[in-house]
Order: sequence, then C-alpha cells, then structure tokens
Amino acid sequence: MKTDISDLRGDFPILDQLVNDEPLTYLDNAATAQKPNQVVAALTHFYQTDNANVHRGVHTLAERATAAYEDARHKVTHFIKAAEPAEVIFTKGATDSLNLVASTYGEANIEAGDEIVISIMEHHSNLIPWQQLALRKHATLKYIELTPTGELDMGDAETKITDKTKIVAVAHASNVMGTVNPIAALTKMAHQHGAIMVCDGAQAVPHMPVDVQALNVDFYAFSGHKMMAPTGIGVLYGKRDLLAAMPPYQFGGEMINFVHRYESTWNELPWKFEAGTQNIAGAVGLGAAIDYLENLGMSNVQAHEQQLVNSLLPQLTADHQIEVYGPHDPARHTGVIAFNIKGLHPHDVATALDMEGVAVRAGHHCAQPLMETLGLVATVRTSLYIYNTQDDVDRLIHALNETKEFFSHELIKAE
Amino acid sequence: MSLSKLNSLYREVILDHADHPHHKHALTDATTTMTVKNPTCGDVINLDIDLNEDDVITNIGFTGEGCTISQSSASMMSDAVLGKTKDEALKMAKTFSDMVMGKQHDQADLDELDDAAILSSIVSFPARIKCATLSWWALQRALLSSQQEESDGEA
Ligand SMILES: Cc1ncc(COP(=O)(O)O)c(C=O)c1O
Repeated sequence: MKTDISDLRGDFPILDQLVNDEPLTYLDNAATAQKPNQVVAALTHFYQTDNANVHRGVHTLAERATAAYEDARHKVTHFIKAAEPAEVIFTKGATDSLNLVASTYGEANIEAGDEIVISIMEHHSNLIPWQQLALRKHATLKYIELTPTGELDMGDAETKITDKTKIVAVAHASNVMGTVNPIAALTKMAHQHGAIMVCDGAQAVPHMPVDVQALNVDFYAFSGHKMMAPTGIGVLYGKRDLLAAMPPYQFGGEMINFVHRYESTWNELPWKFEAGTQNIAGAVGLGAAIDYLENLGMSNVQAHEQQLVNSLLPQLTADHQIEVYGPHDPARHTGVIAFNIKGLHPHDVATALDMEGVAVRAGHHCAQPLMETLGLVATVRTSLYIYNTQDDVDRLIHALNETKEFFSHELIKAE
Repeated sequence: MSLSKLNSLYREVILDHADHPHHKHALTDATTTMTVKNPTCGDVINLDIDLNEDDVITNIGFTGEGCTISQSSASMMSDAVLGKTKDEALKMAKTFSDMVMGKQHDQADLDELDDAAILSSIVSFPARIKCATLSWWALQRALLSSQQEESDGEA
C-alpha cells in the first residue's frame, strides 16, 4: 500500500504550478478535488480504445464500453458496501441524487400534514428539494438545530422526529462546520417512527470509510468530483425494495422495458433510473478514482487529514484575531474549517490569500440558512485532501498572517 | 512583504473610502430606495436617493454590509453621482460597468467618475468585479424604477 504522501503529489501535476508567482496551495477541496493522472489516464484510455454507447449494441466496442460502465458500478458497490449493484444508480452528482429521491419517493409518499425533518447545517442541495416538496404537498418542514459547539443537537432531533415524520434527510459531514453527524443513530430514530433516512454523503465519501449497510440508511447521495473523479458523475444508493417501488425519475432511452403507443413498462434496477445516454466516461473515471482511494486505504486517507487538522485547527483557534465556526476540538473535526479574520470581509481575505497562491473559498457555501443561524453573511473556508501536506498548512498560516498585516492599519484598528 | 501585488487593488483611496465611507446613512423619505444583494457572498446594499422635479440627485445615502471593495465603491459612487441628473448618472453607471469589464471608453467619461475611476484595477481581479459593481447596479435599478413608477403613475 502506498501511503507516502510526498509520493502522491507527483500524481497531481496541477498542484505543481505557480499562482500569482507563489506555489499553488490548493485548499478548496470541499468545492472540488483535483484529479490524479490515473483518473485522467482512465478517461483517455476509455475514449481512445473503448468508447461506444452502452447496453445498446452487439458490436465489440459496445460490449467493452458496457463492461467498463458496469465495472465502475461494481467498484462503487464495493466501496460503499452496498448489498448489490442494482442499488447503485449513476447520477450527475449529489444534487441530482437528492432531487431524484425528492421527486420520486417524495412525490409518491408525502401527503398533506406529513413532516420532513432536515438539519439546519444542510447544503442547499439537501434543503431546497425538501423545502419545495413540502410546499407542493402542504407538508411541514422541520429543522434539527445545533448545539453551542456547532454539532447536531441530538436532543432536538428526538423532539423533531415524530410519528408524523416520513423523511429524515441529513448530511453525513457538514460542508461548513466540519462536523460528522451520527447518521446511524439518526437512522435508528427515523426508523422507530416509520420514516426513511436520506443521507447526503458529498463531504463524507471522499474522506472516510463509509458503509451504507452499517449506517442502515435508506438513501445515500454523493458526487464523484469531490473524490477525484470527473465532474458530472455521482451516485444515489438506495435500498432495493424502496427503489423497486418508486416511479421513474426521467423518461427516455435505456430506462424502458417495452414502449407501446399508449403505455410503457420500465427496465429493472438500476437502469430504471438511468434515462438517456449516461456519463459513461465519468463512471469509468469514478471507478479509477475509487481504485486510487482504495489503494491508499480510506482509513489512511482519514488519518492523514486528521493529522493536518490536528496541526491547523489549534493554530486558528488560538489566534484571537480569528474566529472559527464549528467545533474547536480537532478530534471532532473533518478537514473542512470555516473561519473569519475579525473585522475583515471573507472576500478580501480570499483575494489576499490568492495573491499568496492559497486557494480557499469565501462565501455562504450554499448554506444560507446555516449562515443566518450563525449570524453570518459569509466565511472563509479551507478544506483539505489527501495530497495536502504540512507545508500547505504552514503556507496558509503564513498567508493569513500576511493578510492581517496588510489590512492592519486600515481595518483591524477600526474594530 | 509579498502581498505588494494587492496594492494594485487596495489602493489608498479605496481603503480610505472603505474605512470612512461617505454618505453611509439612510435617508428619511427618500424619493427612491433600492436594495440589491450579491447572491454569491450575501453582501447587501440599500440605496436611498432623492430626486428633485428636474431629475437631479439632490441627496444620496447607502447602508448595508460588504467587503472593502463593495463598501468603498458605494462611497465613491455616491460622491460621483450627487448633483447629477438621472440621465448623467445612468451614463456614468454604464461607463463604470464598461470600465470594470475592460471595455474601451472615453477619457472624458472616465474623468466624470471621479475617485470611482480608480476601480479600473479590478479588471485584473475578475472574481471581485461584482463587488465593485453592486452599488452601481443599485443606482441603475433605483433610477430606472423611479422612471417605471412615474410612467406607471401617468398611465
Ligand atoms: C454537503 C454537500 N451536499 C451536496 C453538495 C452538492 O454537490 P454537487 O454540486 O456535486 O451536486 C455539496 C457540494 O457542494 C456538499 O458539500
């Protein structure tokens, strides 16, 4: 097993460049991850040797393309420990996966007066589909609130999830607070009340071992691009009996069994939910990204990020000019850290960091209700991945100090 | 320090305006008010304008939250358009918008912008153009909506 991180950087030529005359320090991994040579090579290989449409031809290339596509599905199945490939549906990404559940399962099962429970830390992609479903169906949307340290308030979850609850939808890991939510416990709660559990794993699957059967979730969504696969490919995991009972999401090629003039029947799982020509190369790329991650070992990936968090987070929380949102205990934190320099707008900070070659995100991180709850307009967010090093952490800290110095006379004195 | 590159954006004039913004207050009974938001960062500008019967901007004030660039731009914009007619102000908004997009424009038009012309440096910081244009966008919408209301009123 290859776990020497200095070894890894050679797999990511994009990291080896100067940005604004400084070495690139890429710390915007929660937005999207960089792609190793192995993934790019898999795409190139597919397009140069195997490209054809899948499930639609008897010729050799079509067979090879189909095999590559379905092989990727097997890799995903194994990676998230799904029971069978029929439970793994390829989508455009986490957003598409969550919309699929809301507009099929949700549309068929939610009635007026029912309750949908989500958390206040949800990304808009796991919020708006439920909000709009609730509006369409005259159902009630409820939010699980946060503890003072920025973790999910499980006591509040107990009161919010009731016998009226039909769907509970919560992120596995927050894209702002860096918290990991107790999904197995929430699932148990949901099931005790007869509700299903939907989990948004966009910030979890790339960074930690995930076992959907151990979590016992009913649906689990994630995106390929945050785990080093191409953009435009993602996954919806669903339990077979639920998927089988659900109406299709979209209609068109490949998702059908027989089409007659006035009625049609649907293909079996998982293809029932894959209408039209799919992102075949994207799936192949996702398979290659999974190979890459499995070769490293997800526990090693997690341990590496934890080590960097152990160094970075205490430096940020110890700085009285910096405010960190979310837990301050590194052991309760993923590599996603949201913060502000007091008295400075995050946009100004992000521009200054960019001049130092440090790429971070500034904004509301597609979590406006969370920002409102925290009393914030926006934050800076740094997020780590497997190819980041202690050097990157040091560069960030250095750049933050430079930023404070640059703006010191103009702004911090105004505090 | 290596952040010297930042000086081309955060010029002293800009920092001065951000530090001590001019016209940063709400007007009571303004002729037109407009609130605009930058959805990517949540920054807000509320703009109040008094127009007299000759369509001259006789008073202007803004409130809201934002970064150094959006706050100083609002301050410089307010300075620049105070005392101008609606048509002059709309033309200035167009000049400003062309300038930050890096389009060609008359030196005479640029001079009209006063301090605000210093934001031409934003061209090299494309991610920040929206911060600079937020208040000018508020101005445009405020002036055009006042026109709208008038013609609605006449109808
Ligand atoms: C927690 C979370 N959920 C959902 C999404 C949406 O992912 P995508 O834009 O790939 O559909 C993201 C990514 O921004 C995320 O961080």
